[in-house]
Amino acid sequence: MNRIRAQLFSSPANSALTIATLALLGWALPPALRWLFLDAVWGHAPASACDAVRGQGACWAVVAEKFRFMLFAVYPYDEQWRPAIVIVMLCALLVLSAMRRAWRPWLAVVWAFGIAVSFWLMGGGAGLVPVRAEQWGGLPVTLMLAIFGVAFAFPLGVLLALGRRSQLPIVRSLSIVYIEVVRGVPLITVLFMASVMFALFLPEGLRIGQLLRAQIAIILFVAAYLAEAVRGGLEAVPRGQYEAAEALGLPWSKSMALVILPQALRVAIPSIVNSFISLFKDTSLVVIIAIYDFAYAVKKSVETDFAWKKYFIEAFLFSIVVYWIFCFAMSKYSQWLERDLARGGHG
Amino acid sequence: MFTSERVRAIAYQALLLAAVVGIGWLLVANTLYNLSTRQIQVGFGFLSREAGFEIAESPIVFDPSNSYGRAFLVGLLNTLRISALGIVGATLLGTLIGIARLSSNWLVARLASAYVEFVRNVPLLLQLFVWYGLITELLPPVREAIAFGDLVFLSQRGLRYAWPQAAPGWSAAGWAFAAAVVLALAWRALASRRQRATGAQWPVLWPSLGLLLLLPVGAWLAGGAPTQVDLPRLGGFDFRGGRSLSPEFIALLVGLSTYTAAFIAEVVRGGILSVPRGQAEAAMALGLKPGQRLRLVTMPQALRVIIPPLTSQYLNLTKNSSLAVAIGYPDLVAVANTTMNQTGQAIEAIAILMAVYLAISLAISLMMNWYAARTRLVER
Repeated sequence: MNRIRAQLFSSPANSALTIATLALLGWALPPALRWLFLDAVWGHAPASACDAVRGQGACWAVVAEKFRFMLFAVYPYDEQWRPAIVIVMLCALLVLSAMRRAWRPWLAVVWAFGIAVSFWLMGGGAGLVPVRAEQWGGLPVTLMLAIFGVAFAFPLGVLLALGRRSQLPIVRSLSIVYIEVVRGVPLITVLFMASVMFALFLPEGLRIGQLLRAQIAIILFVAAYLAEAVRGGLEAVPRGQYEAAEALGLPWSKSMALVILPQALRVAIPSIVNSFISLFKDTSLVVIIAIYDFAYAVKKSVETDFAWKKYFIEAFLFSIVVYWIFCFAMSKYSQWLERDLARGGHG
Repeated sequence: MFTSERVRAIAYQALLLAAVVGIGWLLVANTLYNLSTRQIQVGFGFLSREAGFEIAESPIVFDPSNSYGRAFLVGLLNTLRISALGIVGATLLGTLIGIARLSSNWLVARLASAYVEFVRNVPLLLQLFVWYGLITELLPPVREAIAFGDLVFLSQRGLRYAWPQAAPGWSAAGWAFAAAVVLALAWRALASRRQRATGAQWPVLWPSLGLLLLLPVGAWLAGGAPTQVDLPRLGGFDFRGGRSLSPEFIALLVGLSTYTAAFIAEVVRGGILSVPRGQAEAAMALGLKPGQRLRLVTMPQALRVIIPPLTSQYLNLTKNSSLAVAIGYPDLVAVANTTMNQTGQAIEAIAILMAVYLAISLAISLMMNWYAARTRLVER
């Protein structure tokens, strides 16, 4: 009781603030909870059941109705077990990579295998029905764009970070120009560039699909941000380490690989995780170039169906919850990781 | 010779340069060839051609017979307009929430934390869709608009508000306000110099407020005290008169502000937490009042830590304003998109886009560097 007094009612001003806040909550919360949960239509139900409670209760039946389209977009109905496996597998790989015990060289092999299997499951061939990339969509596309974006951008980012700190003037200038230009423009312009300009860059006859173009654009974009994260790590490594590696007679490549980078990357990992969280949210921008990621699939699922069109808010809320779960989990992990690394544990 | 480090360094760089130039030349050659087969002219000449499309809202006059160049200008002005207002809104809201997170009141602190943790982990695009959907679906149609007296009307079509009609008295008042700001700043500089020299403190707050209030009012009176107001009146299918803010603008402004405010709240919280407790205690020991303590001791030190990440958030907000193209607000990216589709001049349009955003980034970075240099701790 005393603690409540101290925290909420310690002074007249504080008490007034508490009472005002409670009043606001008391006014806003009950109707919101009623609309969200109590009076809402859950599970499978026809649109007419939702129309009956329109305005009083949310229509979660729209999610049950459009569930498959939201998750898989226009992927062929009979083969949808394949993207489902891809979603589970990529999430499992993320969880595996989160455990510090797994930070060993074999993790890279597991990832390479996982990426290859994802492409095989989504695209088909070698025993599975082929499915063209234009038909891939939904949550697997969001996960793939984000995960493969960071995975393939990582080597490029490390090279750019090393280049930026290099003594060679041309290498340094090129790295700085690339990093500053890419970080100064919005992702949308890079996506536009990929969508319209890649076709012009390539020789006649060679064509790459829209999804691949978006993936390349995302890789080039994230590389600049990863470069800055790795650069922070490189600057945190004490000069003594560089000098010791030199004193041991290690050539530049060996000193980087065996001495500097392992320490630098440990410092940079929280920043890298934050870049991944930002990228995960930014994959929703591929809406602009008409690629079916999860956000676009949710938007389209209600736009085109007249009976369910007015329940777009419930559909958007569903997608918001899914994104929030992923991003909140990752940000909590990032905070835990930062604390764990600061404790000086060896990985 | 090949073991000499200098020779190797030059060799590597020459190789890298050759590779970059080679790839670049290949891309350019391919591009020029592909453009010529599609009969698209390279160059910025298209900017003087007639645009042929409407722009839904613009701070300057624009009609389809104007040039593409003017269309780009309208897009740029729209982007700057939403970015500036978004920065102001996000800073105000973010500072409030950041301070609330540090409040000793458990309820307020928890609510602020919940806000930050929720808003930060949802994509901005989805938040914009939700705001836009709420405005266009939940607000009443124009005929049943929510009215605040006769002056402000809120409906599906946006916000409609009364504004004084243009008259010499109002423009004189505007200029007088600008002059008053300059005079107030000059007075403050003079007073602080006097205080450093002699220790005497001239009053600053009340004279400044007086200037800011009395000068514009005086100018307004001198200009004939105009009172004509442009009122919005319902006629036919929409309001006539007054000024308006479109639903797209409102949704984008609210979405950008609330999203960036969550990040700014964290920056402000970090800044305030970075000031050691000893500073506040020393200030109390010196006998400073709480207001003076905040102004003279806490805020300057907190600001030093806050400003760099804060400008980085301003930059993010400006870049995020490009999401306007998804909800139909005609910002620079949206105009460039329409132009690209109509003329096929993709490279030039994207070059303009990137140049503008890079210029804005550079300007904000330079300002931040100037401020950081000015407030840098000079250590022994």
